[in-house]
Amino acid sequence: MAKWIFALLFALAAGVVAAQEAAPAAADPELEARMVRITAELRCLVCQNQTIADSHAGLAIDLKNQVREMLRRGDSDQQIIAFMTERYGDFVLYRPPLKRTTALLWFGPAILLVGGLLILFLVLRRRSRMDPNLFEPDEPGQLDDNRSP
Amino acid sequence: MKYLKFLLPLAIFLGLAAFLAVGLKLDPKEVPSPLINKASPAFQLTRLDDPASTIRRDDLMGKVWVLNVWASWCVACQAEHPLLVEFASKKMVPIYGLNYKDERVAGLRWLSRYGNPYTASLFDEDGRVGIDWGVYGVPETFVMDRQGVIRFKHIGPLTPEVIRDQVEPLVRQLNG
Repeated sequence: MAKWIFALLFALAAGVVAAQEAAPAAADPELEARMVRITAELRCLVCQNQTIADSHAGLAIDLKNQVREMLRRGDSDQQIIAFMTERYGDFVLYRPPLKRTTALLWFGPAILLVGGLLILFLVLRRRSRMDPNLFEPDEPGQLDDNRSP
Repeated sequence: MKYLKFLLPLAIFLGLAAFLAVGLKLDPKEVPSPLINKASPAFQLTRLDDPASTIRRDDLMGKVWVLNVWASWCVACQAEHPLLVEFASKKMVPIYGLNYKDERVAGLRWLSRYGNPYTASLFDEDGRVGIDWGVYGVPETFVMDRQGVIRFKHIGPLTPEVIRDQVEPLVRQLNG
């Protein structure tokens, strides 16, 4: 029985030790949350479809530490974003700033959507004004029903 | 006017094909550096072969120089290295190495095995200087002019073509 209690205590102690090892990262949960919020907006340049927050690449870990350090120093979010774009360009931003060079990126989808709707509208309107005789009947035999007086 | 109906889809298709063809040629790994034509970031690092002596960015002002980012753990650097050794033997321009996130012993051993084209290698153990220079993939190569402005950056291993067609003409022009 004593052996079991000892084993249980040992297991609990191991848990405590493990928790202590993880402690530095979560030492300041508020800072950590801010760090994650900022790095979730930044693209990892090593694995380009991941955010820095998600990535475990060496550079992403370094940059996370960089952000932690800057936050501890009291830098604002804007200062940190500026620090990153100065080094890696607008490409690191998942939400690129609105500029002349990015206008198409921002408005392209809306332009395509509006253009598509416009074409659809024009085509449908033209068809609705066409003589019904120009269309093939849906099914043979229904021709007479469609051609009501 | 009658043909327009048939030509329009063809024109749209050709336009789309042209866009896609250009897209195939683009390399998303090559992110244009915002540092081109800007002052090179300041640094103060120890020499790889001598922890007691430091090199600062300002020590390199007044001459054209090349910075090559490398590491002993970087496989692509090995492929690139013979080209650098050959380029250095022409003595056109001093090449400085930035030994990125490496260990001194490993870095020195790597140089003695594959040859040392560098005037000096700067030891960037924690990669901080690499971050300042916007390094995200090793190897990378920069060319600086006499005022310390970054004039060229190449991401990934150098090729004979890049050295011959881009680096050498630029160095000649900057020295000229």
